[in-house]
Amino acid sequence: MNGLKQMLDLRNVSKTFYPGTVNEKKALNCINLHLEQGDFVTIIGSNGAGKSTLFNAIAGSFFIDNGAILLDNKNITADPDYKRAYDIGRLMQDPMKGTAPSMTIEENLALAYTRKSKKGFFALNKSDASHFREILAALDLGLENRMKTKVGHLSGGQRQAITLLMCTISSPKLLLLDEHTAALDPAAAQKILKITTDIVNENKITTMMITHDIKAALSLGNRTIMMDEGEIILDIKGDKREKLTVEELLTYYSKERKKQLTNDRMLLI
Amino acid sequence: MTLVIGSIQLGFLYAILALGIYITFRILNLPDLTVDGSFSFGMACAAVITLSGHPFLALLIAIIAGALAGCMTGLLQTKLSIHPILSGILVMTGLYTINLGIMGGKSNLSLVGSSTLFMKMESVFGSVNGKTSLAFLVCIIVIIILAVFFKTKAGLAIRATGDNEDMVRSSSINANLSKCIGLSLGNACVALSGALICQYQMFSDVSAGSGMVVIGLASVIIGETIIGKRSVTIGLISSAAGSIIYRIIIALALKVDLFPSYALKLISAVIVMIALSGPSIKASIEQYKVRREARNHLD
Repeated sequence: MNGLKQMLDLRNVSKTFYPGTVNEKKALNCINLHLEQGDFVTIIGSNGAGKSTLFNAIAGSFFIDNGAILLDNKNITADPDYKRAYDIGRLMQDPMKGTAPSMTIEENLALAYTRKSKKGFFALNKSDASHFREILAALDLGLENRMKTKVGHLSGGQRQAITLLMCTISSPKLLLLDEHTAALDPAAAQKILKITTDIVNENKITTMMITHDIKAALSLGNRTIMMDEGEIILDIKGDKREKLTVEELLTYYSKERKKQLTNDRMLLI
Repeated sequence: MTLVIGSIQLGFLYAILALGIYITFRILNLPDLTVDGSFSFGMACAAVITLSGHPFLALLIAIIAGALAGCMTGLLQTKLSIHPILSGILVMTGLYTINLGIMGGKSNLSLVGSSTLFMKMESVFGSVNGKTSLAFLVCIIVIIILAVFFKTKAGLAIRATGDNEDMVRSSSINANLSKCIGLSLGNACVALSGALICQYQMFSDVSAGSGMVVIGLASVIIGETIIGKRSVTIGLISSAAGSIIYRIIIALALKVDLFPSYALKLISAVIVMIALSGPSIKASIEQYKVRREARNHLD
């Protein structure tokens, strides 16, 4: 496709944990992945396949052994995590991780907004507050009237919604979603997923989403990759992906790896 | 009356120490043991410079000295990944030698004969009012500066670092820097308190800092219990108020000969112990009630 620029470029990314011991584990094995701007990639694979490790490598939770990571044609391989976070938003499975519980909703959002907001002396100001009120209202959770409430008093779903706003408030170049609805009840998960797709579509953020819901993996976004033992074993998009059924995907997996998908969470369709 | 006024004066001076402790223990959520060392550090610096005839400069240098000590602890914790408690102990221990060195190898130094800020205020406002107003003024100024600071972006980042460090990092803020700034700020307050105490009591003692962590923490807890901790500004005010109340309690206890004067630190330790154990004692009582209720139900 012309006109679309390369957003994320992983070149031969490898990571081995505990090298030289009996516990040696090749978590990422020569991963090559190229995402174009606006791509929404869903990632599937059983536990231990290297999905979260891939996210950790991109976000900078550890440094990789080999290879290079380029974000928007900028080499970020040796940058510490907080510097990468300027352009990368990340949402974890645990709703408690992304927010500061004893600070108010407004203060949490203000902190996330310091990345891109204008240089000002005070953290809270009126123009930012009205912006926060607007984006909170768009969630349709009634949180816009509770800006002074401490985040610790909110439910898991509400906290995850706030975290989602914090991750996307400064229009990151890349959004990493690591099973971000897995800890929520089905209704809340549905709601958060809808908010996610709304925000991603509206701001055209390049997104990677790990999920164990294979149906959602095929219906959301424009591209699906499957990982196993630190490798990308399937990468489909376009027509081929449209036609693929869940059953075919599962058969493909067992044929390719000569084993059954044993993870029961993955079979919950 | 003189007893109460003396306690209030000391209360205001030690309130600045309590503010420093509030920043590190409550806002940054770090057990910072540098305090024992940086209190004496501020005292030693202030004593030497006051003796050379610059009482105001003495306070400024003490603030810088305290900030450096805090920054050192911060660097040990973040850059060298040394355990927070051990980092504080290392800096505190190292400072002992440095403090002796500053005071020319003597373990205490008398300021008698030199002019202090308290004397200058006394010459304007009179003996009692001069001392009280200086202590009050400095304390209020420090509270205002800190209250404003914690509303700025840097201040918010420090608060968030104490609350959820991962979230701060993922908001593209250098959490290590926030920790260092917070520790510097806290220890600068502590050293300023030491410097003021030095000019107030007209001598500096190398071991004056021992137990200051517990005394400061006791003040913070007393303040929180009585006034509360709804916001940072209220937390700062209640810590200062806690310090004054603490000094009055101690003075009264000593006055009625309830305790000998050397019991000060034991009392502080017991206050902190009781205050911190409150929630778990409450939980034990709850559990006992539930158990009794369940037993009655089954009978």
